[in-house]
Amino acid sequence: MYNENVFNYLRTNKLPHIWCPGCAHGIITAALLRGIDKLKLDKNKISVISGIGCSGRTPGYLDMNTLHTTHGRSLTFATGIKFANPSLTVIDIMGDGDALAIGGNHFIHACRRNIDITAIIFNNNIYGMTGGQYSPTTPVNAYASTAPYGNVEPPFDIVKLAMGAGATFVARGDAFHIALMDKIIEQAISHKGFSVVEIMATCPTQFGRRNKMKEPHQMLDYVAEKAVSIKKWNEMSEEERAGKFPVGIFIDESRREYCEAYEDNVIKKSERGEK
Amino acid sequence: MAKIELMSGNDVAVKAAIIAGCTFYGGYPITPSSEIAEGMAKALPPVKGKFIQMEDEIAGIGAAIGASLTGAKSMTATSGPGFSLKQEHIGYAVMGEIPIVIVNVMRGGPSTGMPTYPAQADVMQARWGTHGDHEIIALMPCSVQETFKLTIEAFNLAEQYRVPVILLTDEIIAHMREKVEIKEKNEYKIINRLKPTVDPENYNPFDTKHGMVPPLAPYGEGYRFHITGLTHDHTGFPTSKPDLVEKLQERLRDKILKNRKEFDWYEERMVEDADIVVFAYGATARSAMRAIKDARRENIKAGLYRPITMWPFAYDNIRKIAKTAKQILVVEMNLGQGLGEVERGVAGTKCKVKFLGKANGELITPTEILSKIREVSNV
Ligand SMILES: Cc1ncc(C[n+]2csc(CCOP(=O)(O)OP(=O)(O)O)c2C)c(N)n1
Ligand code: SF4
Ligand SMILES: [Mg+2]
Repeated sequence: MYNENVFNYLRTNKLPHIWCPGCAHGIITAALLRGIDKLKLDKNKISVISGIGCSGRTPGYLDMNTLHTTHGRSLTFATGIKFANPSLTVIDIMGDGDALAIGGNHFIHACRRNIDITAIIFNNNIYGMTGGQYSPTTPVNAYASTAPYGNVEPPFDIVKLAMGAGATFVARGDAFHIALMDKIIEQAISHKGFSVVEIMATCPTQFGRRNKMKEPHQMLDYVAEKAVSIKKWNEMSEEERAGKFPVGIFIDESRREYCEAYEDNVIKKSERGEK
Repeated sequence: MAKIELMSGNDVAVKAAIIAGCTFYGGYPITPSSEIAEGMAKALPPVKGKFIQMEDEIAGIGAAIGASLTGAKSMTATSGPGFSLKQEHIGYAVMGEIPIVIVNVMRGGPSTGMPTYPAQADVMQARWGTHGDHEIIALMPCSVQETFKLTIEAFNLAEQYRVPVILLTDEIIAHMREKVEIKEKNEYKIINRLKPTVDPENYNPFDTKHGMVPPLAPYGEGYRFHITGLTHDHTGFPTSKPDLVEKLQERLRDKILKNRKEFDWYEERMVEDADIVVFAYGATARSAMRAIKDARRENIKAGLYRPITMWPFAYDNIRKIAKTAKQILVVEMNLGQGLGEVERGVAGTKCKVKFLGKANGELITPTEILSKIREVSNV
C-alpha cells in the first residue's frame, strides 16, 4: 500500500484531523511522511515546526519533536532549534499568509542565511483558518472575504522570491501531481542548506466556494491544469503561460550552510584565539 | 579566587550569563542594550555557545526559545521598542513553559523616545506587555554588582520554574562602570531545569504529578512531544475544555505566586522607625539612598524600600511598611508606573502615598528627592 508506512510517523490517536474534506493539507502531509520514510530518518531526530493556520496544525499529527508556534514566526523558532542542535532534521511548515505576509521578513532572512531547514509552504492562495481573507498569493481578480469585489493586489512568486533571497534549493509542486511532490520533498529534506518547497494546495472551503470551485475535485483540477513542467514552461510563449505556473526543481546548489559556517569560522577561530 | 574588575552593567550581564551556563543568544541590536549582544557574540563561541543576530527582536526571542527547547540556556536582550516587539513571544514562553532570560535595558519612550537617555518606562510593559492573564518574574538591579548577581538568578529562576524571566535594568546601570567582584564559577549556585525520569512513552510535557513545574525534555533525546501556544492539557495538545483551561491558567499563575517567597528580594534601609519611606528601584534607588541619609541628618525619619523582585509585586511588604510609616514616597523615572502598585499595597491603612516622577531623560537627583521628602514631611 502506497501510504502504509506513513502511519508509523503519525500520532494516530490525534486523528481524525481537523481539515475539511477536499483540503490539500493532508495530501501534502502524506507526501512529507513518505519522504521521511524513504530517507529512513529517525523520528526522534526530526523536529517539525509550524506557524498558525490550517497548515499550522500539521505538526500536531506527527510523532516527532513538534512545535506549533506563532503566526508567521515559525522560522525564527526553527532557526534556534537547528542552530542550537544541528544534528536534528528541521522541517518548517507554513501557510502562504504565514510564510509571506506576517512572516515574509523571517522567510527571506532564513533563505539568505542558508540554514539547513526544509521550509514547506502549503500555498492555498488564501487565509484558510481565519475565513478566506486574501493572502500575498491570492491571484488578481480572485474573490476573498476581504476582497468582495475581487483582489487587486499582485501576488508574490514564491519561487522567485526564495531564489532571489538566496535559498539553495527551491522547488514547486502541486497537490495533484503526487509523484513530483514526493520527489521534491524528499530531495528538499536531503539537501544541505535552506530548502524552499512551495506546494500549490487547495482550499475548497475558503477559496473554492468564493471562486466557483466549491467541489473539492474542481479545486484539484484547477491546480492540475495550471501546473506545467519547467521544461515545457521554458518552451511556452507569454500568452501560453497566462494563468499557469511551472512545477519542478528550480535550483539545487551547494553553498556553505549556516551552522557549519559558524562552527568552522566562529567557534574554531575563537578556540584558537584568532579573530 | 575572586577577581575585582571595573565593568559596566551590560558587560557584567554577559559575564554572568556565561557563568550561569547560557549557551545561546538570539537578538537584534538596540541602544542602550547593544553591548550585551556584542559581548555575547564574543563570549559564546569559546564555550561552544551560539550567537545569532536575527532580523528583528521577534525573531531574536523566537530563536532563543527554539534553542531552549533543545536544552540550551538561552537569552535575548533589548530596549524599549525592541521590548515591545518581543512581547508576543514572551507570551509564547509563558504558555509553552519554556525557560528563557530577557534583558530589557530601559530607555525613554513612547516609541523611539530617547534612545540614549535613562528611564524606567517599561515597568508596566514588563508586567502586562504580552496579552492575556499571566504572571511574570522581573528583577531590577541597582548596581553593576547586582546586575551580575541577578543575571545568574534570572537564569536560575527561568530554569527552576520553566518561565521567561525579565531582567529590567536601566540605561544608567547598563552603562555605568563600577567595581565588581567575580568569583570562580563553582562558587555560584547554578540551577538547571528538571529533566524527565520517566520513559519517553509515559512522558507528558505538562504533567504535574510531581509538582507545579513539570520536567522538560530536550528535543532530540527520544521524548517526542508537542508544544503549542494554544491552551493545552497535560499532554501538550490543544484543549478548550473550560475545566482543563482553568487548571492550566491557575497552575501557570500559582507556580510563580505560590513560590514567590523563594525569591522575595528587596532592600530596606532605616525603615523600622521611619515616618516616611521612599519606594525606589534601579538607578533611582541610588539617589534615594543618599536622600534618606541627608534627611536623617535633618532629623526627618526617612527610610528606603527598594524592590529587587519587581514582579510579582510584593504587596505584603508594602502593607507591612504602611502599618508603621506615615507616608510612602514613590520615586521613579516614569509618570507613575510603580505608584499604582504601592497604592494597592497600602489600601486600607492610614499610610499616605506621595509621588515624585520624571520622564524627561534626566535622572532624579538626591537633592530633588530630599526636597520632596522635606515638602511632604512638613504637612
Ligand atoms: C499575530 C497574529 N495575527 C493574526 C492571526 C490570525 N490568523 C491565524 S491563521 C491566519 C492566516 C492563515 O492563513 P495561512 O497562513 O495561509 O494558512 P492556512 O490556514 O491557509 O493554511 C491569520 C491571519 C494570528 N493568529 N496571529
Ligand atoms: S479552510 Fe481550507 S485550508 Fe483550512 S482545512 Fe478547510 S480546506 Fe483546508
Ligand atoms: Mg493559506
